[in-house]
Amino acid sequence: MQAISESPPRVGGDAGDIVVRLTEISKFFPGVVANDRVNLDLRRGEIHALLGENGAGKTTVMNVLYGLYGPDGGVIEVEGHSVRIKSPNAALALGIGMVHQHFMLIPRFTIVENVVLGHEPRTRFGALDLFEARRKLVELSERFGLAVDPDRRVEDASVGMQQRAEILKALYLGAKVLILDEPTAALAPQEVDDLFATIRSLTDGGLSIFFITHKLEEVIEISDRVSVIRAGRVVETFDTARTTKEELAHRMVGREVVLRVEKTAHTVGEPVLEVENLSATDHRGLTAIDGISFTVGAGEIVGIAGVDGNGQRELEEVIFGLQKHTGGRILLLGEDVSRLDVRKRIDRGIGLIPQDRQRRGLVLDFDLVENVLLGNQWRALYSRPLGIDYSYLREQAGEAVEEFDIKTPSVEVDASTLSGGNQQKLILAREIRRGPKLLLAAQPTRGLDVGAIEFVHRQLLELREHGVAILLISYELEEVLSLADRILVLYEGAIALEVSGDDAVREEIGLAMTGGSRRNG
Amino acid sequence: MDLGHVFQVVLDILRDPSTYQAMLRISTPLALAAIGGAFCERTGVVNIALEGIMLVGAFSGALFSYYALNSWGLSESVAPWIGVLGAVTMGMLFSALHGVGSVHLRADQVVVGAALNIFALGATGFLTQALFGVAGATPRVASFDPIPIPLLSKIPFLGPVLFDHTPIVYMAIVIAIGGQYVLFRTPIGLRMRAVGEHPKAADTVGVSVYRIRYLGVLISGALGGLAGANLSLESVSQFSENMTRGRGFIALAANIFGKWTPLGSWLSSLLFGFAESLKLRTQVIDLPPEFILMLPYVLTIVVLAGAMGRAVPPNAIGKPYSKQ
Repeated sequence: MQAISESPPRVGGDAGDIVVRLTEISKFFPGVVANDRVNLDLRRGEIHALLGENGAGKTTVMNVLYGLYGPDGGVIEVEGHSVRIKSPNAALALGIGMVHQHFMLIPRFTIVENVVLGHEPRTRFGALDLFEARRKLVELSERFGLAVDPDRRVEDASVGMQQRAEILKALYLGAKVLILDEPTAALAPQEVDDLFATIRSLTDGGLSIFFITHKLEEVIEISDRVSVIRAGRVVETFDTARTTKEELAHRMVGREVVLRVEKTAHTVGEPVLEVENLSATDHRGLTAIDGISFTVGAGEIVGIAGVDGNGQRELEEVIFGLQKHTGGRILLLGEDVSRLDVRKRIDRGIGLIPQDRQRRGLVLDFDLVENVLLGNQWRALYSRPLGIDYSYLREQAGEAVEEFDIKTPSVEVDASTLSGGNQQKLILAREIRRGPKLLLAAQPTRGLDVGAIEFVHRQLLELREHGVAILLISYELEEVLSLADRILVLYEGAIALEVSGDDAVREEIGLAMTGGSRRNG
Repeated sequence: MDLGHVFQVVLDILRDPSTYQAMLRISTPLALAAIGGAFCERTGVVNIALEGIMLVGAFSGALFSYYALNSWGLSESVAPWIGVLGAVTMGMLFSALHGVGSVHLRADQVVVGAALNIFALGATGFLTQALFGVAGATPRVASFDPIPIPLLSKIPFLGPVLFDHTPIVYMAIVIAIGGQYVLFRTPIGLRMRAVGEHPKAADTVGVSVYRIRYLGVLISGALGGLAGANLSLESVSQFSENMTRGRGFIALAANIFGKWTPLGSWLSSLLFGFAESLKLRTQVIDLPPEFILMLPYVLTIVVLAGAMGRAVPPNAIGKPYSKQ
C-alpha cells in the first residue's frame, strides 16, 4: 500500500473509508508490460487523479477495474470484499461505471436510448418502455445538474452534452464509483469548467471518482489526491494540496521537464511565405478566410492564435493546397504557388503537421515504414525501376524512429498501435526529414503529454534556428505565447490583432480572440 | 397491335385482382429472406449467403415433406408442415456456419457468404441426386394449398388479393409487421441495432456482441429457410436444382432498398413481386417482358441514387468484432 495513511482526513474523502482498493495489479500484453504490480485505493467521496504520460498504463489499469481486461495478477477489493470483475456488467453490478475517452455512444441513437441500452425498462408486454426511461433520465439529470435533451440524437448533440450523457449512463446503471478517462480531451475551455462543476456535484452526492489525465493543471485544480503512473507502475501517490506541478511533472516523466522552453533571440531572414489578400470558403461555401495578408520569414515562428472555427482549418488547407482558395495569392520564396497542387507544393518545400493527425497525418492501418513513405512516394530516392525501394525506405524509417525517439517495438507495426505522442513524432520525423522551407504546424501538441509537448516544442525551435519558416496554428494560447516570434489573432477569418511575441499581452490577445478589440474599437 | 389496344390490355391487367394476388405470392420468398437479411445486417453481419440459405431451406422443405409422407406415414396435410419445420431448422443450422465464420473466426463476411452460396448449390444438387436417384429435381412432394380465410376472402377485390393464400404468404405479412415491432420497439431490437452501429459501446454496457450477432444470423437462417420452403412447398411441389435463381440476391437488394427495416424490406419486395407479376401477365402484349422486369431495378437505382434520401447502412456492418 502507499504511504499516504498518515495524512489527516480531508474534505475530499475519508482516509479510513476505502471504496476500491487495487493491490499488485499486473496486466501484460504481448511483448508489453502494461501494468506492473499497481497499488491504488479510492476513498469515498474523493477525486483521485491518475497522472501519467500517454501509454503509461493509466487507462489499462482502469479497464481492468471496469472488467474490460482480466488482470494477470493482483487483487481488487470493492467495499472491503475481494472481487473478480470479469465483464463491464460485473463492474456495473458492483457500482463501478466508466466514461471512456472516446465516447461509447451510438451516434444514431437518441440520448435516452443510449443511456438505457443494456438495461432497458420494459412495459408489461416486454416492449421498450421509453416513457419510463425518459422519466428516470430526467430525474437523474436534475438531481446531478447534468442537462441533456433525452430525445436528441447523439450525433446532433454538442460534445459537452454527449459527455453528460455518458456520465448519466453510468449513473443510470447505479455507479457509485466513476472512472473518467481524460474527460477534458474533447472539450472547449468553457465546457471544462462546467465539467469540473459537475464532477464536484457528483462527489458531493457521494460518488468517488478516478480521474485519468495527463494534464497537470487539471490535477491541481480538481483532485484531492493524485497517483503518478510511469511505465506501468505507480510511482507515488500525493495529496494534491501538498505537491506542485513541477514535482508532478518530474515524477511523471522521470526527469526534469521544462514546462516552457526558452528560445534564443531571433534573426528573421528573407520572407519565405507571403500571403496576399487570401480568401477561402468553408465546406458550406461561406466565407472562412476574408482577405488576409501576412508574411513568415526564414527562421521565424508566426503564431496564429484564435478560437477554433475562425478560419484556422481553411488556412491550413489552403496554404498546403488541400482546398482551393477563392481570392488572393500565396507566395513561397517569391513564387506564386497558389495554383499548384499539393505534390508540387511539397516539392517547393512546404511541410504540414495537420490538425487531425489520425485522419490526415497518418494512415493508421499502414505500418511505420509505409507512413514514412507518404508524401515521398514519387521521389527518386525511394524508388527503383518498377517499384518502391523498400530496403532504403526501411532504413529511412529506422533512422526516423532512432532520431525522433519514437517508442515502438519495430518499424513494421501499424501506426495505430503507437500512442498519440509517438504518432505525432512520426509525422514530425517524416515532415522534418524532408527538409521543408516552410512548416505548417497545426495544433502540433494537441492531446500530448508534457514530455511529448516539450519534445515537439524543441523540434520547432530547432527548425527555427536552422532558418525554417514556421506557421504555428494553435488553439492553446500558452503554446503560441511561448513559441511565436509574432502573433496574429484570427477572428472570423480576419486578422484581428498582430503583436510581436515579445510584447505579447495576454489579455489583449484574449480579447481579440473573442472579437472584443473590434467591438470596443 | 396498336397503342390503344396495348393501353387497354395494360389497364385490364392493372384492374385485375389476380395481378395483385400474384404480386403478394411472388414477393413472399423475397420478403422473408429480405427481413432475415435486415435482422442479420442490423447486427453488423453482411449476409450475402441468403441465396444459399434459401436453397438449403427449399431443399430441406421438400426433403422433410417427402419423408414425412412416404416414410413416417404422416398425412398429406401434415407433411408440408414437417417440411416447414425442417426448412427453418436446416436454414438456422446452415446460417450458424455463417455465424462461426463471420462472428467467431472473424473472417471476411462477404467471403464466408460467397463460400456458403457455392456450398449450398453443390450440396443440394448432389443430395438430390444421391437421395432420389435423379439429377435436377426431387419427385413431387406433399405441399400446401391456398387456405381462403372465411368471410374475408369474399370481400370484393381485397378478398382474393389478401385473403386467399398459402400459409407462408400469411406468415410473411405477420413477420414483416412483427419484425418491425421487435427491431424498433423492444429491448432486444435496441440491442441488435446497437451492436450493428457501435459494438464496442454495446459491449461496455454488458450487451454480448457475439450472442446478439449470432441471434441476427440465426434469424436470417430461419427466415431464409422459410422463404425456401415457400418455393418448394407452395410455388411448386418439389425441389429443383438452383431453384432460387438469384432470389437471395434480389432479397438482399430489397433489404437495402427497404433501409434495413422489416417493413421496408417487405414493401420493396412487393415492388419486385409486382414487376414479376406484370411480366407474367404482359406476355400477351407484344412487349419484351425483360422491359417490364427491368423497371423495378431501374427504379431501385434511381431511388438508391438519392431520390428517396440516402440509405445509410448500419455503421459497423461487415466489421468483425474483437474484444481487444
